[in-house]
Amino acid sequence: MPDYSWPPMDKRRVMGKRISRVDGIAKASGKAKYNSDLNPNDLLYAVLLTSPHAHAKITAINTSEAEKMQGVTAVRVINGAGKEVQWVGHEVALVAATSETIARDAARLIKVEYQVMPHLVHEQDLSKASGRTRPAGEVTTGDPEKAFQEADAVSEGQYGIPVITHCCLEPHGCVISFDGRKATFFPSTQNVSGMNADLAKGIGIPVTDIHTHQDHMGGGFGSKFPTELWHIEAAQLSKASGGRPVKMFLDRRQELLIAGNRPSVFSKIKVAGTKDGTLTAWQSQTWATGGIGGGGLNADQMPYVFRNVANRKINHTAVSLNTGGSRAWRAPNNPQLSYITCCALDDLAAKLKMDALDFYLKNVNLTARPETYRYQLERGAEIINWRKLAHLRGEGGSGVMRRGLGIGVNMWGGLGHDSKCRATINSDGSVEVALGTQDLGVGCRTAVQQVAAESFGLPFESVKVLIGDNQLPVSGASGGSTTIGGVSVSTRKATLNAVNKLFEKVAPALGTEADKLEAVDGRIQVKGNPAKALTWKAACSKLGPDKIEEMGENVSRNAAREGLITQGAAGVQMADVSVDIETGVVKLNKLVAVQDCGLVVNPKMTESQIYGACIMSICGALMEERVADQMTGQVLNADMEFYKLAGIGDIGDIVVDLDLRPEMDKRGIIGIGEPCAIGGVAAIANAVANAIGARVDMVPVTPNRVLAAMGTIGKRSA
Amino acid sequence: MEAFEYANPTTLPEALKLLGGSWSDAQVLAGGTDLISMMKDYVVSPKRVVNIKSVAALHGVTQTPKGVRIGATTTLDELASNPILRAQYGSLVTATLGITSPQLRNMGTVGGDLCQRPRCWYFRNGFGLLAMKDGKSLVPGGENRYHAIFGGGPAYFVSPSSLAPALVALGAQVTLQSASGSRTVDVANFFVAPKDENTREIDLKPEEILTEILIPPAAGSQNATYEVRHREAIDWPLATASVSLKMVGGKVAAARIVMGHVAPTPWDAAKAAEWLKGQSITEATAEQAGAAAVEGAQPLSQNEYKVQLAKVSVKRALLAAAGKA
Repeated sequence: MPDYSWPPMDKRRVMGKRISRVDGIAKASGKAKYNSDLNPNDLLYAVLLTSPHAHAKITAINTSEAEKMQGVTAVRVINGAGKEVQWVGHEVALVAATSETIARDAARLIKVEYQVMPHLVHEQDLSKASGRTRPAGEVTTGDPEKAFQEADAVSEGQYGIPVITHCCLEPHGCVISFDGRKATFFPSTQNVSGMNADLAKGIGIPVTDIHTHQDHMGGGFGSKFPTELWHIEAAQLSKASGGRPVKMFLDRRQELLIAGNRPSVFSKIKVAGTKDGTLTAWQSQTWATGGIGGGGLNADQMPYVFRNVANRKINHTAVSLNTGGSRAWRAPNNPQLSYITCCALDDLAAKLKMDALDFYLKNVNLTARPETYRYQLERGAEIINWRKLAHLRGEGGSGVMRRGLGIGVNMWGGLGHDSKCRATINSDGSVEVALGTQDLGVGCRTAVQQVAAESFGLPFESVKVLIGDNQLPVSGASGGSTTIGGVSVSTRKATLNAVNKLFEKVAPALGTEADKLEAVDGRIQVKGNPAKALTWKAACSKLGPDKIEEMGENVSRNAAREGLITQGAAGVQMADVSVDIETGVVKLNKLVAVQDCGLVVNPKMTESQIYGACIMSICGALMEERVADQMTGQVLNADMEFYKLAGIGDIGDIVVDLDLRPEMDKRGIIGIGEPCAIGGVAAIANAVANAIGARVDMVPVTPNRVLAAMGTIGKRSA
Repeated sequence: MEAFEYANPTTLPEALKLLGGSWSDAQVLAGGTDLISMMKDYVVSPKRVVNIKSVAALHGVTQTPKGVRIGATTTLDELASNPILRAQYGSLVTATLGITSPQLRNMGTVGGDLCQRPRCWYFRNGFGLLAMKDGKSLVPGGENRYHAIFGGGPAYFVSPSSLAPALVALGAQVTLQSASGSRTVDVANFFVAPKDENTREIDLKPEEILTEILIPPAAGSQNATYEVRHREAIDWPLATASVSLKMVGGKVAAARIVMGHVAPTPWDAAKAAEWLKGQSITEATAEQAGAAAVEGAQPLSQNEYKVQLAKVSVKRALLAAAGKA
């Protein structure tokens, strides 16, 4: 069996290099075809009709006019008479037609009668949510009551983080053809290998008769795992239309209403500490919504990262609202937990008149990885120039522009998922790796190519990578930051297994044994002896009419034994902001992300992913918020006009610092898609508090909220 | 969107003939940055769309003895980069550059900026311009963080035009042409706060086209615009102020102060302007003028902050106009 361990850092020729993603130019130039770009011959367009009411009973539905419209090929009712719809955007029916325009007009011709029922779409004021709440977690450890009594300082605050949506640029949906026997399926998915079973069940055919393919996908962030109702319905429309392909993608409004969201968290938190800044007790009451099902939270995860505080009293309530349902959002619940925790701790530090950095350093022993967080805090402080720029809360000068610094922390698992890879070596020397994974845009395709090239001992460019198809060996869904670990190991094993077979084939020609050979720099040679070598091409020619095909597999539970990958990422984000105290406008000067990331396959792509995560954090901290209206039950900003995301001018200077020290490298590969999207919100919120001398009680930190926190205006209610 | 007829006239008389007696008969398309999206959302569904960008006579900026004439289909980018305007009407250029996204400035037109419909999210979500339900506006009890702080209803939307406050402060006029003739209206009077759902927020009739804007000679006036925006990327201002000052011997001889995005129309702070007369512009007088400008504001449940933003906008616009920003 080959030695699968990673080459030492200084011996890696392709892995660890700052290679630009292979599909970057295709994407930037529009040449890359996403499944939502596909327009095959005979295409039909499906349009979904959804509920205009936040809560209603459908009393009648009549599709006859829509069916009669010229160009309409099929109409299907999803929720008919007698069914209740529970949020604006709840699916009612859908139409397929020869053009999108006809489908839209036809959907409007479906007559639906509703009996409107009472709705609730706000959760911030828990007292107005009676009858819609349920207890969802309680934890008590130590003796919190006593700890609060004995504390030198107690700080109390309210912290809120609203529902935000995934806002995927490529909406949810698919192009699908289904003739009743076989289906060809082009979804936008994070789960190429795994989503076919439910589709098969949904349309009543064996999974073997489904072919799924996706070359590129335009953003999922956790919201694109399952087989959707719309996928199945689109397949049925196709079947009802003689098997013609049907394109069913949500429109922008629907995308923001029903394609998932991140649950809110509102909280009342009390924390206690001693004079020297040691955190001694935590008490929190939290409530959250993720739509009709309420919003969960792992109560035992509080306080976030600093979980080993001796005394805790935690209580969580889920609030059910008439709004679209939540889905996993990049590090589910962690950004919210990081935000409420780090803000509460920051307020305690301020109360103790203690520098926030010192406070965190003082309490790293309450985390699972004290040394890592200490290193990261110090490193971040150095980059952001903390010791020179820092001041105690509210001591940011007397001018109109006030500057402040803040800290947020993260933690995540990131263990590679199960994955299978097939590596092929052909007699002409060409090589290929194939796996049923997907590239969400973060560079999976490129990373696989790097690992394969490294193991084949070939240049990066010479490896062909096949991904994005359910006919390839099964690889896990891309969620939980599990992809890079999974695909790297399966690719490593498959390629080394294949190379090993090649060694066996050519060893006689080199007058040696297979286990004495190595593949380096495009040669098969006796280990350490370039003079006794065959070129890669010459070696492969020995295969004659044959080719080598070998499998490699990552089994997640074997990770610890194999040592190629691991879990447990930690990181620290620090923000530097300037606030115009007359207008409440916050300008982000700098956001620093120090991230532990194990062995890094491609630092450029890793940094790029962290940049993206930082930008998401900036959006969440300063702009992003779903605005639901209790008067009408509508989400008023289900668009990209008032659902605000940051642009280039808003993001300031982002500095990513990967922890590439050898001791980190030795840990093996860890996924970092999620951890880096966690701490930024807290860092920015804390920097604002530090700058203006007051806590803004919820994010996003808008001018309205800053002015209210400072007392410039009397009140705010939004 | 509903099917519609598309007309592409090349002369003004031809274009005017294509219009109808009601907004549902025909609507004018210039940049298309707003009309098309409203049609796609079924907020408006005209039977005919009349593209006026092919009417050459409606395009361009010219200096005349009476002032600067700006053709309605001049793009916002052309406006912002025009040397005459840059030299004399900084307030207008700043306001134009506040219309973020170069794409919008490349496509959007001056006439379109003045005639665009409000961005009120109740209106855009199909609840009507006044968002009335059972005889009452939804806005005061609803989500009103971006709504008006002046005017007192029943219209609570804010005038979306970025250029209007600057044009009002500069004393500009618009020419409105119909098949039967033309009329000239002060930009200040072009905007109206509707009292009922059937009144439009601008004094334009369905059979008319806004053909040009005339800005009187600057004659040494000092002007500036300041806007408070939540984000630098594409966004609407939260509040703006445009001012135009005539200074004699370091003192204000005449002033116009007009706030934007605070009312259903550009909001002329005449009393504040009157108070400024005879003052020199200092941090203190600018601050006082700002306070005077927002006197009588009637904020709603969520938008008291806009009073502060309007006040600061006035102060900062005054200081900028006086070269003290």
